[in-house]
Amino acid sequence: MAKKIEISNLRVRYGQKEALKGVSFDVHKNEILGVVGPAQSGKTTLLKVINRTIEFIPGARVEGTVTIDGDNIQSIKNVNELRRKIGMVFPLPVGLPLSIYDNVAFAPRAAGLRDKSKLDELVERCLIQSALWDEVKDRLDSLGTKLSGGQQQRLTIARALSHQPEILCLDEFSIAVDPVTTMRIEDVLKELRSEVTIILVTNLVQQARRLCNRTAFILNGDLIEIDSNEVMFSDNPAQKMTYDYVHGNFG
Amino acid sequence: MSTSATTSPNPVTLDPQTRFRETALVRRKKFTEKLARLTFLTMTLLMIFPLLLIVSYLIYKAAPILSINFILDNPVRGMRAGGIWPAFLGTLYLVGISLLVSAPIGVLAAVYLNEYARENWFTRIINLAVVNLAGVPSIVHALFGLGAFVLFAGMGRSILAASLTLAIMTLPVIIASTKEALGAVPTAFREACWNVGATRWQTIRRIVLPNSISGILTGIILQVSRAAGETAPIMFTGAVFFKAIEKGDIFAYGLFDQSMALSMHLFTISTQVPNVPEALPYGTAVVLLGTVLLVNALAIVLRVYLRSRKKW
Amino acid sequence: MINRSRLESVTERIIEGIIRFCGFSAILFVFGIFFFVFREGSGFLFSGLDIGQFLTSPEWFPTSVSNKRYGVLALLAGTASVTALSMAIAVPFGLGAAIFVSEFCGPKLKETFKIVIELLAAIPSVVWGFIGLTVMNGVIIDLFDAPIGLTVLNGGIILALMSVPIIVSIGEDALKAVPDSYREAAEALGATRWQVIYRVLLPAGKNGLLAAVLLGIGRAVGETMAVLMATGHSVQFPSNILDSVRTLTATIAAELGEAPVGSDHYQVLFIIGILLFTITFIVNLASDLVVKGIRNK
Repeated sequence: MAKKIEISNLRVRYGQKEALKGVSFDVHKNEILGVVGPAQSGKTTLLKVINRTIEFIPGARVEGTVTIDGDNIQSIKNVNELRRKIGMVFPLPVGLPLSIYDNVAFAPRAAGLRDKSKLDELVERCLIQSALWDEVKDRLDSLGTKLSGGQQQRLTIARALSHQPEILCLDEFSIAVDPVTTMRIEDVLKELRSEVTIILVTNLVQQARRLCNRTAFILNGDLIEIDSNEVMFSDNPAQKMTYDYVHGNFG
Repeated sequence: MSTSATTSPNPVTLDPQTRFRETALVRRKKFTEKLARLTFLTMTLLMIFPLLLIVSYLIYKAAPILSINFILDNPVRGMRAGGIWPAFLGTLYLVGISLLVSAPIGVLAAVYLNEYARENWFTRIINLAVVNLAGVPSIVHALFGLGAFVLFAGMGRSILAASLTLAIMTLPVIIASTKEALGAVPTAFREACWNVGATRWQTIRRIVLPNSISGILTGIILQVSRAAGETAPIMFTGAVFFKAIEKGDIFAYGLFDQSMALSMHLFTISTQVPNVPEALPYGTAVVLLGTVLLVNALAIVLRVYLRSRKKW
Repeated sequence: MINRSRLESVTERIIEGIIRFCGFSAILFVFGIFFFVFREGSGFLFSGLDIGQFLTSPEWFPTSVSNKRYGVLALLAGTASVTALSMAIAVPFGLGAAIFVSEFCGPKLKETFKIVIELLAAIPSVVWGFIGLTVMNGVIIDLFDAPIGLTVLNGGIILALMSVPIIVSIGEDALKAVPDSYREAAEALGATRWQVIYRVLLPAGKNGLLAAVLLGIGRAVGETMAVLMATGHSVQFPSNILDSVRTLTATIAAELGEAPVGSDHYQVLFIIGILLFTITFIVNLASDLVVKGIRNK
């Protein structure tokens, strides 16, 4: 398996508090990697390090290295190029106060795409991929913020795909979404696997089990175990704690 | 409830008819409630009452002279008759030019403080400077304008020097109101933009500014009325007692001319010129007050209207 | 693509530079004000002016031919008396109105009151001065049978009306910041509205209310046109509120036009400007610290 992301000895501190205590693992190309663990384990922090939005948090300090395709992300000069490589979906859906069309076209335009027909095509493709197209194709010029929560979350996913990322990170995307929509998005993710590498942070162990190739278990800033789903969800993973967590004995 | 009622030593509370009747405490509470309401209402009204009284009194006194010609005529006979045209136009010039300077600087300064500045001692000093700039007395601004623009920069007493003085005076309030407007845009929008690789400026231009423009505009409009009413800062930097200009010519003043101004004119004819007919200063006061209150009302209407069509 | 991204980052950097500069400009302006006011007055401040006499003598005779004296004590007393009287009126009424608007009003009524207060704040100081000069002057002469109505009382009332809006709006913010749970807890314990206000709200909103009062003072000290027109022109210690006085600000406004540029008199007026700048700077700094104190809690 080709390595897409290599994380080694990653430490993150917010002032005194240590959110990640030196974790190391790889993300393979075109896999869905699940990241599970209780709240406050450092899962979201991990994603923010990868696209370097951690830099916007005052007092956050990052040590260790993260490389994408072998390039250390800290040494990438144009951080916006890096962020365009990565699609991010956070727990709460955020429709920008723009039309649905402009929501999806925002990132390509920011990257310099002006061609109207290419934009049209891209918007349609992203909305189809995020399973929103059928619901909004007749009202692309209405406000994205006026959509329902589930629709906004799919709009967020469409936006995350709009700059054609190589990596897609989702952080507990199903929190604000109804179960039916969740299943539809999960189907979308399975299809996307052939094109992009997906990191799926979730607190739903069953979701990781359904969707992922491999799963990592993080607890209080430490990586407890990472392995293929066959091992992680079997009766004898390497760590007893993993077994306890995935079987709902704590967390 | 029932257990406390049955164990109560007072047999009256057992009677369901009287159980919920007003006790002395409840009556007292109701009474003090009313009394408090009344007291504070009186205090508030005592503050608002003068506004209505003053405005109606001014209009009553000014009524004989108020007409469109009063605004469009030059003053004549040593400012003891005629209209206020040069002062009215002068005020428009001063306000317009001062806002042309202070609005962009103020808005960008607020953008810096709200979008770029990190929380550190330097930002704290800038904020402190803004607070103190807002507190500098208007007459000190006048001294500054005289020292810096009129004398040091060699602009002389001119519309330009007076406008710049006004601009620096209105700057901190524009910064404060713009900051508030920018702060009302949820951080989540910014993060969403950064996450898809938009730069800070792209985020500000495409998302933050378009969604706070109403608040920013309201703040700027409010400064129109403040700048129009100020007297002290322009007294020694560019406003003169009297200057006749072409009637109806809105380009009558040049940047380096001195000009009249409504506020200055009101001060002049009510304190410096003897034997002015009574209606004249009242008329000037009403035009000044009317302009200011009208602009303010416009800002309020704009704010209410734009609030009703918020996008999220 | 490389060219585009380079262009992008260059324009971004230029715009960021402009924005940064505008941000720093606030500091520049504050120093600029101090520098230029100081510059005009510095010559006389360091050679000629007896600072002890300046601050402690009540004798202000800048245009005397034989014996020029520059003492600002009487002017300070003028400023202090008018400010004190205006605060004695504005603080209770302003805080009372803030309490009413914040605690007793429905949302509709609240909105209306706030608009009226905003309009009250918008009235230009020269119009207030004109009202003092014409309306209040007559009223005071009639009511108190005084020879002249341009007095501490007149200026105090006018300044009070001018300061009230700022006290109301900041005071209301301070009360709004008191959590509703405090009010509910107090009422659940059977406290009356009065008790809620003076036992719970006033202590909890103390700092914000103090900041409101300080800002009101800052405004009153710095006000120029209204006091110039409404307080008369007698440089003296007021013995009662029906005396005329002259404030620091009014002195500058009244005399700067006549003082020849560069003369001692002219420079002293700038030194008074520095004094005013310093006073309001301290008052504003104090209110800022008080407000920060709340936020850190």
